[in-house]
Amino acid sequence: MAFNRFVSHKAAVVSVFVMAILVIFVALSPFTARYGVNEAVQAPPNYFLTPRANAWLGTDDIGRDLYSRLIYGVRVSLVIGLFSAVISVVLGCLIGAVAGFRGGRFDDVVMRVTDLFLAFPFLVTLLVMRNVLGSIEWLRPIIGDLSSVRFIIVLFAVFGWMGVARIVRGQVLALKEREFIEAARAVGASRWYIVRRHLLPNSIGPIMVALTFSVVSAIISEATLAFFGYGPQAGDGATSLGILVGAAKSAVNPGFWWLAVFPCLTLVVIALSINFIGDALRDATDPRLQRDS
Amino acid sequence: MSALLSVSELVKEFHMKAPRGVRRQKRVVQAVSGVSFEVARGETLGLVGESGSGKTTVGRCVLRLIEPTSGEVLFGGRNLADIDFDEMRQLRRKMQIVFQDPYASLDPKMTVGASIAEPLVVQGVEGNHDEKVVSLLELVGLSADHARRFPHEFSGGQRQRIGVARALALDPELIVLDEPVSALDVSIQAGVVNLFADLQQRLGMSYIFIAHDLSVVRHIADRVAVMYLGKIMEIGDAETVYQKPSHPYTKALMSAVPVPNPRVERGRSRITLEGEVPSPVNPPSGCRFRTRCWKATDLCSTQEPRLELRPSGQMSACHHPEV
Amino acid sequence: MKEKVLEVRDLRVTFNTPLGPLAAVRGVDLDVYGGEMVAVVGESGSGKSVSFLAAMGLLPRTATVEGSVVLQGEQLVGAAPKKLRSVRGRLMSMIFQDPLSALNPVHKIGAQISEMLRAHQSMSEKAALARAVDLLEIVGIPQPGDRAQQYPHEFSGGMRQRVVIAMAIANSPKLLIADEPTTALDVTVQAQILEVIQRVQAQFGTAVVLITHDLGVVARVCERVNVMYAGRVVERANIMDVFDQPTHPYTRGLLASLPQTGVERLVPINGFPPNMLKPPSGCAFRPRCTHATDACGASLPELQPVGDSMSACIRAREVMAKA
Repeated sequence: MAFNRFVSHKAAVVSVFVMAILVIFVALSPFTARYGVNEAVQAPPNYFLTPRANAWLGTDDIGRDLYSRLIYGVRVSLVIGLFSAVISVVLGCLIGAVAGFRGGRFDDVVMRVTDLFLAFPFLVTLLVMRNVLGSIEWLRPIIGDLSSVRFIIVLFAVFGWMGVARIVRGQVLALKEREFIEAARAVGASRWYIVRRHLLPNSIGPIMVALTFSVVSAIISEATLAFFGYGPQAGDGATSLGILVGAAKSAVNPGFWWLAVFPCLTLVVIALSINFIGDALRDATDPRLQRDS
Repeated sequence: MSALLSVSELVKEFHMKAPRGVRRQKRVVQAVSGVSFEVARGETLGLVGESGSGKTTVGRCVLRLIEPTSGEVLFGGRNLADIDFDEMRQLRRKMQIVFQDPYASLDPKMTVGASIAEPLVVQGVEGNHDEKVVSLLELVGLSADHARRFPHEFSGGQRQRIGVARALALDPELIVLDEPVSALDVSIQAGVVNLFADLQQRLGMSYIFIAHDLSVVRHIADRVAVMYLGKIMEIGDAETVYQKPSHPYTKALMSAVPVPNPRVERGRSRITLEGEVPSPVNPPSGCRFRTRCWKATDLCSTQEPRLELRPSGQMSACHHPEV
Repeated sequence: MKEKVLEVRDLRVTFNTPLGPLAAVRGVDLDVYGGEMVAVVGESGSGKSVSFLAAMGLLPRTATVEGSVVLQGEQLVGAAPKKLRSVRGRLMSMIFQDPLSALNPVHKIGAQISEMLRAHQSMSEKAALARAVDLLEIVGIPQPGDRAQQYPHEFSGGMRQRVVIAMAIANSPKLLIADEPTTALDVTVQAQILEVIQRVQAQFGTAVVLITHDLGVVARVCERVNVMYAGRVVERANIMDVFDQPTHPYTRGLLASLPQTGVERLVPINGFPPNMLKPPSGCAFRPRCTHATDACGASLPELQPVGDSMSACIRAREVMAKA
């Protein structure tokens, strides 16, 4: 029934295909990319070449194939998006479920913390916390260097769980008073059992939606950070979608349109697709639309 | 034979935070204000009352789903206030509950079989539960292949039966039935009520049947307690209470319940009470029913009547009982 | 010969749902005469509420309404919204199970009744308010002048229902439709509200359609009964006849399943209410009927006279003979 409703969102179905193709393409990057990430297309002059046979999307300022770099870049961004989303959702679920179920002081404290962080614009928080966390010496072995991918994932996860926690807490509050929860208590179930066996499974809908939106949020945040030069900067020319989009800054004026258009287009397509999927998921799992016999 | 359940001076208070105003006084609502009764093995005690009577809260307190504020609940001789969490968990096997709303009492994401088996799983009962689930399904008039299905595939009456099957899983000695048929269509209620009667005959457990539908309670209960604003007004053998009510409130209640028989119904003399149930936040002094009672005197406002034995056998709390 | 206030012929209502078309009302014929109290009895899925919501034009746009509903000579099915709005509240009113849904929480009660008056009659604000206070008195609200200045949340459930009744009769409609008006109320309050409805009926000469599932209430106050099942009227009879000699197996089944004194074991109606997305062919009660034959499935049975009653059972005479 939910599946049917999902499928009725045409945009979402198209998006699923688009993302599936993208993911497969990117996963098979050793085969789909034509050059290495730092490899020049040909001997100089090789910079700022327009799209052509040996460089389908043109080359950048030092002659690297944009098409291949785009594939590697998207891979990095998707990894960042997925991992940080999964971690923040897991964190958010646990914290939100416990806060909602226990209520009381714990709930109050948790909610005020989330309120606090949600009050700040996400990007500002990120930038500030990036520098703060990055300068704490003893954290470095755990979360990686300021410019590493690992750091970005941790950063997004640590500051992305709040939204999910809110959503899950709301669900739990609504479910808490339902009789089947009381029935479980009546047979002596522990609180943890109830959270694990009843509350979370019944919150799957909103959780999945939160997951998809977390992914999008992470990808766009990464792009934004990179645009401003704060993105992951592993050496060896490794790149991310954000870095590529950031490079567009200097490409537009002199007229090297391909360096701006293709990365941005890719970002837009990815963001839109995931958004459509998330919207459709939200409609498909909305309990109000579910018919009870 | 000592009683299975003995409740003594049970009190439950709820604290309500006053709306954000200049002064934040705590308001205390006594949902249950000193209730005492017994339930013997194998008998059904009907607990009737209107909104605000506290009957639902009593049911929850007996099972310690809500913690009583004070008073004693003795189950099989054990004082529930004395025991710790683990022993309470053990005791939970012996007392269970069936809820009112068949649509909310089952987890929509769990199969019916899993819901019925849940008590066994939570209590750590060993072995394969499938056989037990099947026997329980058949006991309540459903079939084995229903175990694999989900609650939304069943009607209200069937879901209620599933709830009963779940309540029976641990072979309880006492089941609290909290308005178990109120949400069902009339023609379906009969089947479920029969089921309760049959199960009791076969398995010998006791029931506390909480309801506002007096005719159903009359049909199934051995004894009846009539509650009003947190107190028991009358308690005794069911037929006696129905035919010779001693307390004015009981009399008014019986009179108000319409009988599906036009000749009888239109031939009856009727007592229509004035006003409505007062708020439990500020109950009337003395006898709580006095604001609506046609017999009320000054004594009723100064002295709260206690439950006393009447000639016809039941107990009622009134200074001017019906004779 | 009393004047006919409402005539319903072949009323059909179909909902367009994501799961397909749902025929909630499948050809209902009904008459209401001036000043009488008529019951429309049925369980969930019978279509009893939907029929009258359709008559009032209160159904959402996903509902298709066909057939004829004539109120005092005016055809309501397919009527322009302007016409319906002038009819609602003036010639015909409806009250519901939940009085809160009819009352605006941010306006005073007196103002809401005045608004009702001034929507259909030309009256000054002052006159309307005075009339509103009168109406509150008629429905038995003490200190009506003061109470008219209060908000809905300051009234209890029974009081709110009285207010809603006052609003409904403000313009002396010829017809009042009461959809389960007492189901959500305590039984002692129910008795009061039924009295108010009867009093209002006597004073204003309003015909009342009482939609309910409670046969006791029907026995108390109604003169004629229409029994509905699966979107059709299956029996129509006088109040005594329908209880003494029901002509349709469903009515019989309903009466037999009620707890009555002296009855040892309740007799439920087997099976479940029909799935209105795919109702059975022919008589919808067939799967649950102990008297069903193959002929019963052939076509939708029409109401036929059986004695003084009308019955949609093709075997009515044999059914009654066997009883």
